[in-house]
Amino acid sequence: MEIADRVSFLYIFFCFFEMKECCNNSYILTHGNWFSHNYLTFFFFKQSSPSSPEPASLPAEDLSTNSNGPKPAEIMLDGDREDLFAEATEEVSLDSPERDPILSPEPTPAVTPVTPTALIAPRMESKSVTAPVIFDRSREEIEEEANGDMFDIEINVSDPEKVGDGMNAYMAYRVTTKTSLSIFHKNEFSVKRRFSDFLGLHSKLATKYMHIGYIVPPAPEKSIVGMTKVKVGKEDSSSTEFVEKRRAALERYLQRTVKHPTLLQDPDLRQFLESSELPRAVNTQALSGAGILRMVNKAADAVNKMTIKMNESDAWFEEKQQQFENLDQQLRKLHSSVEALVCHRKELSANTAAFAKSAAMLGNSEDHTALSRALSQLAEVEEKIDQLHQEQAFADFYVFSELLGDYIRLIAAVKGVFDHRMKCWQKWQDAQVTLQKKREAEAKLQLANKPDKLQQAKDEIKEKERVKDFKTVIIEYLESLVQTQQQLIKYWEAFLPEAKAIA
Amino acid sequence: LRAINVDLQTDAALQVDISDALSERDKVKFTVHTKSSLPNFKQNEFSVVRQHEEFIWLHDSFVENEDYAGYIIPPAPPRPDFDASREKLQKLGEGEGSMTKEEFTKMKQELEAEYLAIFKKTVAMHEVFLCRVAAHPILRKDLNFHVFLEYNQDLSVRGKNKKEKLEDFFKNMVKSADGVIVSGVKDVDDFFEHERTFLVEYHNRVKDASAKSDKMTRSHKNVADDYNRIGSSLYALGTQDSTDICKFFLKVSELFDKTRKIEARVSADEDLKLSDLLKYYLRESQAAKDLLYRRSRSLVDYENANKALDKARAKNKDVLQAETTQQICCQKFEKISESAKQELIDFKTRRVAAFRKNLVELAELELKHAKGNLQLLQSCLAVLNGDT
Repeated sequence: MEIADRVSFLYIFFCFFEMKECCNNSYILTHGNWFSHNYLTFFFFKQSSPSSPEPASLPAEDLSTNSNGPKPAEIMLDGDREDLFAEATEEVSLDSPERDPILSPEPTPAVTPVTPTALIAPRMESKSVTAPVIFDRSREEIEEEANGDMFDIEINVSDPEKVGDGMNAYMAYRVTTKTSLSIFHKNEFSVKRRFSDFLGLHSKLATKYMHIGYIVPPAPEKSIVGMTKVKVGKEDSSSTEFVEKRRAALERYLQRTVKHPTLLQDPDLRQFLESSELPRAVNTQALSGAGILRMVNKAADAVNKMTIKMNESDAWFEEKQQQFENLDQQLRKLHSSVEALVCHRKELSANTAAFAKSAAMLGNSEDHTALSRALSQLAEVEEKIDQLHQEQAFADFYVFSELLGDYIRLIAAVKGVFDHRMKCWQKWQDAQVTLQKKREAEAKLQLANKPDKLQQAKDEIKEKERVKDFKTVIIEYLESLVQTQQQLIKYWEAFLPEAKAIA
Repeated sequence: LRAINVDLQTDAALQVDISDALSERDKVKFTVHTKSSLPNFKQNEFSVVRQHEEFIWLHDSFVENEDYAGYIIPPAPPRPDFDASREKLQKLGEGEGSMTKEEFTKMKQELEAEYLAIFKKTVAMHEVFLCRVAAHPILRKDLNFHVFLEYNQDLSVRGKNKKEKLEDFFKNMVKSADGVIVSGVKDVDDFFEHERTFLVEYHNRVKDASAKSDKMTRSHKNVADDYNRIGSSLYALGTQDSTDICKFFLKVSELFDKTRKIEARVSADEDLKLSDLLKYYLRESQAAKDLLYRRSRSLVDYENANKALDKARAKNKDVLQAETTQQICCQKFEKISESAKQELIDFKTRRVAAFRKNLVELAELELKHAKGNLQLLQSCLAVLNGDT
């Protein structure tokens, strides 16, 4: 009885904090959700259609299928012992659903159909406590397996096609996957997806993983202006450019997502890549109700950030955060310089083209034949150079600048993780305050869980891949510069004898 | 350092050059140095200091001299224009606080180099003007020219005041209107007719090409500037800490610095060899057009005089006067035509030679820079690839 009282009291106390998370997660509630969460969703979103509550056994099964070599017996045992604490723990540590990576083999349904069952809660709790441990192990195993396969999965985004007409039109992209990984049903398959599908995938992944400290690769941004132009059917170069930009960005996004061993295992991702029909992720519409709610949340978050002063106990994190701030600033500066470069190079190519035409005219009007010929040659050379410059501009743009943009967004995602961490910390502090003397055992348990999460974040931040990625791209870019110079040499060498031949 | 070689014969009789130049706040002072074996001068070698306005005075005195109507008057050098560069330096000074020390010194160096380049260019253009005059068989004997070269006191040539500038403006308008009228007259001489059509077209096209070439070199310079900024950003990134990626960044930043220098040189050379060439010939073709205009004008005068003479003979009044006028016009016209023909032929030869020289040099420089750039990039890539 005592427990129940505490449960209800604490639950209400923390429901304020939960509110925000809930809003975001409204449409993504999965099997094995907690009592508290369900309760709130029941209040705020009447869409939840109460369906049959998932049998408690299911979660355990889920785990077992994914972690190669599970120990269900162990779970039961632990559960029984820690039952008492487990429950309390659940109430105190907020966002417990986020803590648990949902490893159900079935993809998450778009709408939340879970009914609260107090009976289920304790069992799930026990699972949640031990879940991270098992999960970690399984993740390592997966990583090994993946490494062994050399991440044998290749994704291409191609063939942007306009579907529909007027304001309801959208661009559909073909996503082709080639893989030899066993988790997929086929070796090679392709599906048609639209931009909002990508955004939907991202939100799902973000809600599932971001809170436990993973860095989810950011999705490309929505652009109302750009899309409207395409919808309206303007067949000019800027809209084709926009589509091309987006296509490349989507490809990079998917490639980065599958590189992540954990995310690769996610059923949502699999469904995205495999199934031919995907439920419309309605909540990604920019002007929908959920979208606005998201904006409100973002604002609330920002305000929250300002009011929370976190005394960073972990010096490592403090340092890293500072580093990231600096890095972000520098990258932004670099990005703007590169964009200026792209712009100027485009200008240069346009001006060179204009000059080429002008020189050709001049050559025409010149009545000294050799000089006239030489001038026309010059015009040709300049024209070719102009083409070169254009290509260089593309290289500059796609290779360099977009990558920088991606990294800036990635850093924003990292910051998001930091923010979450801050929130966790804050909640942790609050929890500590309230449960101080009496709940030492629970506090210890919490503490045990927090470091896990923090460790996760640390590992993610040490992405060596990021570094390699950057290096390879810059090297590619430099090689393109080399090629340009070589071409330039060829052209001028061809021109020189002509110039010398002017009598 | 001659930006434009107009293929002049250097003969011992008269050699002129600008040996030194000083840039003060608002003006540039050129030291004109002369070496001559002509008897007109008091000494064999001497120098004077001249300013831009004095060059313009000399040029205008040629233009206004009727005797020189039949010659292409070498175009006046453009006014030294440091305004843009000075503005940039000022802006840089104001924005000093907002950028790092390295960036500031880099940009300062760049702007100073730009200033120096503009300075060199203006010196070269003034020198070319003088050399052209000195090489011209008739103009070199001009008294004003000798005064210009020798008189070591201030010529007291003040710049035109507002009233005079306005007068000039009107004169130009009248002239161009007249030019239109006069150009309607068909020329009897095929050579001149052809030259006229050619020159008009050529002049327009050179104008166009010159403008576009200017734009092109400026864009090129912008690209080089961007490289500079990228280099500094990379440098800033690289100095964050000393991990692998940061060393990588530092190397790439170095590369960008060097590449930028090369790109800046490319743009400067293009400017020098191509844009300046076109600009000069823009002015020269204008001068040639002016010559043709003067000739046409005298032709019209001649024809009018003929008509007047016929009228006078018909009325039998003032016949003698009309005859003398007609004779004068005829002489003038023939004199102009003769020298004009030679001038135009010379113009063509000069033009072809200048273009040839500059285009060859342009191609050679572009090759040199491209090869240098290539080498730089390749060696950097080798280092970077070797690291990973």
